[in-house]
Amino acid sequence: MKTQKQNPNITIAFPRMGNYDIPAKYLLTNIFDVNIEDIPIITNKTIELGTRYSPEFVCTPFKYTIGTLIESLENGANVLIQAGGGCRYGYYSELQEQILKDMGYKFQFINLMSKGQKSLKKIYQELKKVDSNFNPIKALYYLIITIKMVKYMDKVDDYIRENIGFEVVPNSFINLQKEMLNSFYRSKTNIDLYFKYKFYFKKIKKIKINKPSNHLKIGLIGELYTLMEPFSNYELERELASYGMSIKRYTNVYYLLFQKGRMANKYVKYAKEYITYKMGADAADNIGRTKYLCKHNYDGIIHIKSTFCTPEIGAMPIISKICQEHKMPLLFFSFDANTSEVGIKTRVEAFYDMIEGRRQ
Amino acid sequence: MNEYYLGVDIGSISTKGVIIDNNNQVITSLYIWTEGNPIVAVKKLIRELKAKMPKDGKLLGIGTTGSARKLIGLMLGANVVKNEITAHAVGTLSKHKDVHTILEIGGQDSKIIIIDNGVVVDYSMNTLCAAGTGSFLTSQAKRLGIPIEDFGELALKSKNPVKIAARCTVFAESDLIHKAQIGYLKEDIIAGLCKSIVLNYLNNVGKGKKIREPIVFQGGVSKNKGVLKYFKEVLDAPIIVDDDSHLMGAIGIAIMAKKNKNHQIFELDATDVLFETKGSECSKCSNNCEVLKIYKDHELVDTWGNRCPKGSE
Repeated sequence: MKTQKQNPNITIAFPRMGNYDIPAKYLLTNIFDVNIEDIPIITNKTIELGTRYSPEFVCTPFKYTIGTLIESLENGANVLIQAGGGCRYGYYSELQEQILKDMGYKFQFINLMSKGQKSLKKIYQELKKVDSNFNPIKALYYLIITIKMVKYMDKVDDYIRENIGFEVVPNSFINLQKEMLNSFYRSKTNIDLYFKYKFYFKKIKKIKINKPSNHLKIGLIGELYTLMEPFSNYELERELASYGMSIKRYTNVYYLLFQKGRMANKYVKYAKEYITYKMGADAADNIGRTKYLCKHNYDGIIHIKSTFCTPEIGAMPIISKICQEHKMPLLFFSFDANTSEVGIKTRVEAFYDMIEGRRQ
Repeated sequence: MNEYYLGVDIGSISTKGVIIDNNNQVITSLYIWTEGNPIVAVKKLIRELKAKMPKDGKLLGIGTTGSARKLIGLMLGANVVKNEITAHAVGTLSKHKDVHTILEIGGQDSKIIIIDNGVVVDYSMNTLCAAGTGSFLTSQAKRLGIPIEDFGELALKSKNPVKIAARCTVFAESDLIHKAQIGYLKEDIIAGLCKSIVLNYLNNVGKGKKIREPIVFQGGVSKNKGVLKYFKEVLDAPIIVDDDSHLMGAIGIAIMAKKNKNHQIFELDATDVLFETKGSECSKCSNNCEVLKIYKDHELVDTWGNRCPKGSE
């Protein structure tokens, strides 16, 4: 089983989600004088490994992320970074560290969110261990650029999501987006990054699209990892776009880091006839969004989550109720490691037929 | 010369085929077991339907639906390939214009479709698990040594259906074995099983859906009188079961093939063609996609499952 490559150099790895490995790698490369692993893309092998070494009933992102960590260790990584959040995600770090140690791997584990708390002092100590030349001032400088990078990425992403279903030349959005991210990665200053963002966003907005004014609009809500990692949702966004629909998705990393704190309370207030308190992770946010989408002429809502995601399970009956009251078509998906793609395609096609039929 | 259209519904358990005319009337139909091999099943189906098709007509459209719709669509050169939810709705609306609720229980899946003014407004389909579907009934019939065809009749004889867990087939099966071992009558167990299918369906697929009359029940399981009886009892409403209830998906897709403008004359020669599939793992990049290659007379006609063009080389 374990074949950890002996690596004399310190090499950092972290779990993967969508395109966010690019800003993460950018930050680490610029603040440390050590190797940063090229994070392997998620494949069937990742999830196979992840499933084999995870508790059976854990939520699926646990399986994906531990799968990536194992693959990285086998490629020679010896420092792992993991974070945590306001649900079972809060236990990922501790549990994954223990599982990987039990498997016999040797590594240093940096937990950015220990027991649900951020401790800057502890993180600083861990980072100093990785690289004794670690300089917090320099780190702060690059952290600010990285945050901007995430913000710009997410802004462009929102635009692409609304328009990719109408592109005239296939892959024109994706190719330009790739080029943009590569260019972002080479930025050295804030100004530099900003001009690159302006340049590429202008170029992306000029991509030829054929978008009818009465096109169908879909709201995509649900659990964060499943939403943001295309492999884990069987490329649902691409599938939806292929029917010529524009997609609205609220969850992205910028939202989670900087807007959620404020917005979650607003959502609770906005949907006060349905909820009184926040319900953990993004449950309240999704309930608020459901009401918003119902009130703003969307044609349908798709809610996706990993199979055992508890906060979303709590939100689902309320989301159903809101949609029923507003006669809004709603589709639920629960993804696990082994859902067949055919079943997903059947349901998406039927959903499209239905919302299109209702329009007429 | 009469014009005909063929609809084929290839499900996990059974394969259905119908030929309809321009007035949506079923000219001939066939219902056979898929037995895990859709290609062989469809060849057999086509051979028999071809023999039964009136000689004075020509076939202008072919539609495929069901879980093997894409594969068989390719094999037959179908002009319409559509999901079974839409097909069932179209088929049912051709016979019952005012239908509000369609209950459908098939071999591996079950669904509910809500229709308002002839338009599908809501649907739901079981996910992940085949609890409360036909295949569970079939496997339990085998366990009890009763032909599935007699299952419904026997359930009707019961005066005291036993209680069986309605959530999950694994629990249901252990309940069932336990009740049999302590001496309950077979018909009571069977009736309990039929009732558990109904409760499971309404709890899972039908959860939160407004079931309004007229209600049409279809799919293979609709032929089971026991299940029908308990649907009537639990919903406390009349339930329509059409003679063609098991063929409704095939009828729907045939109608859609008729409505489709791309008419051409089909010869139904698929029975003579060698049609093969080969599954393999592509190793050309780290994606390791599970790729399925489809060959027609040893010639590669399509590749599925690859995320990049390398997989189709």
